[in-house]
Amino acid sequence: MEGDQIFVTQHWDIKYNHAAGETGSTFFKAIMDKKVILGKKCPKCKRILLPPRSFCERCFVETSEWVNVGKEGKIEAFTIVYEKFEGLPNPPYAIAYVLLDGASTAIANFVKGIDLKDINQALNHIKVGAKARVAFKRKREGRITDFWYEII
Amino acid sequence: MKPHNLGIIGVGQTTYVTRRDDVTLPELAREAAATALEDAGIEFKDIDGVVFSLALDALEGIEGGEKWCAEALGGYGKPFLRVHTGGAAGGSAVHTGFFHIASGHFNCVLVVGSEKMGETPDAQSVLNQIFDPIYERELAINAVNMCSFQAVRHMKKYGTSEYHMALVAVRSRKNALNNPYAHIKKEVTVDDVLNSKMICYPLKLYDCCPRSTGSCAVVLASESFIKKIRKKKVAWIKGVASCTNSYYMGDRMNGSCINDYADSEALFLAAKKAYNMAGINNPNREIDVAEIYAPFTSTELAAVEALGFCEKGESGICNEKGIFEMDGEIPVNPSGGVLTANPISATALARVAEAALQVIEKAGERQVRKVGTAVATGEGGSLQFYTVTVLSNKI
Repeated sequence: MEGDQIFVTQHWDIKYNHAAGETGSTFFKAIMDKKVILGKKCPKCKRILLPPRSFCERCFVETSEWVNVGKEGKIEAFTIVYEKFEGLPNPPYAIAYVLLDGASTAIANFVKGIDLKDINQALNHIKVGAKARVAFKRKREGRITDFWYEII
Repeated sequence: MKPHNLGIIGVGQTTYVTRRDDVTLPELAREAAATALEDAGIEFKDIDGVVFSLALDALEGIEGGEKWCAEALGGYGKPFLRVHTGGAAGGSAVHTGFFHIASGHFNCVLVVGSEKMGETPDAQSVLNQIFDPIYERELAINAVNMCSFQAVRHMKKYGTSEYHMALVAVRSRKNALNNPYAHIKKEVTVDDVLNSKMICYPLKLYDCCPRSTGSCAVVLASESFIKKIRKKKVAWIKGVASCTNSYYMGDRMNGSCINDYADSEALFLAAKKAYNMAGINNPNREIDVAEIYAPFTSTELAAVEALGFCEKGESGICNEKGIFEMDGEIPVNPSGGVLTANPISATALARVAEAALQVIEKAGERQVRKVGTAVATGEGGSLQFYTVTVLSNKI
């Protein structure tokens, strides 16, 4: 049968315009206008959620207070990607979850400024527990990629 | 009200392969369903409900593929439900079927999962879409690196190494040689794994599952139905539980030992509930075999700890000791597991099917000796949804 099969080629190409919501918009505007990272505090468990959310899933209450968290923290988890995935960036690139000072949860972003070609060299710098700082894009546009991490 | 007893009376699987161009998604689904009905010794008319496990629509390129598949599974004129909890969908589908029958409203339920990943251009570009579009999707997170994050935390917290992960790959691939349905049937050495191409540190090519095409089905039946048809070999479902963790991985990375992303805490909680329901006090002694949903080697290390087969952080050493080998204390994934076949929508269902085959001693070359109790797990999303199913040869 092989060679006799008929294939119908189709593709999905659907454009969405996702609202960041009031909470997400406040977070991005603080980054755009003031280079400030804002978390949101749960009035009950006192966790400062980053990225900020309008509610705390564990207490089932609305978060209330905006909190300015630090621009430095430590890496809680990371990966360095060496494989090309369709529609995703060209490798190598590094992604890390960083627990910024004052926040209760870690927030992900790319790690830049380290040569990733030699993995062993890269792993000397990028590791769980390593200190990292936030660096901001010059032209910020209200997206998570407005900032990245650099190893201190 | 005491739930009605029920068990698995029929199992069907296709051989898992890279692609199947000779069938459509519903035709593929039907193959496993027909085999399961034949195995159970019943006909379509005996089924009074169908549960269909179908995970990500974009993997198939069909929005709501259950619509297309319903007719192929005898859904016509009967209740039909699609269940989707990502990779855990097959486990959730079994649990849905369980509650149908345990309620006393159904006697015989067909549970099916079907997947054609051979038609998916790049599964990881689809899996990137499971992350929220506002905060995380643009960071190129996918299923491989989401598991890498757990692996590096496990390594840091417990001293787990890439060598320990490689041992999982070596065992899985060795076991798969005994499974006629496995997709990957090629043995590897520890060095092969360690020297394979780095995908997302620390996960290398042989730490990762394949993209598979195939279907799996099981027939669930009530005790009274089983008595009526005089079915002798039954894998009784003694415990079912599921538990959900935070969507955001970073919420589980706050330095605290409670609900640490390293540990698959929601699997631990689900297992505790399922064991309790099944009357299992010491999983280490009472469970004879496990089929674990682990698409990456590191995922299995965290899972065996969460399931109580060893202490937290000791999975690496236990693998060195051979505890999870076919002749070890608790054989893990005699089928070769997800590392040797991952048809996502059918994968967690295949874990239950394989555990059932072990319990009724119909697992052929991969049969573990003296199985009384088996456990099967499912895992979906960002290590978010977990299912645990306990099967026994005794009612």
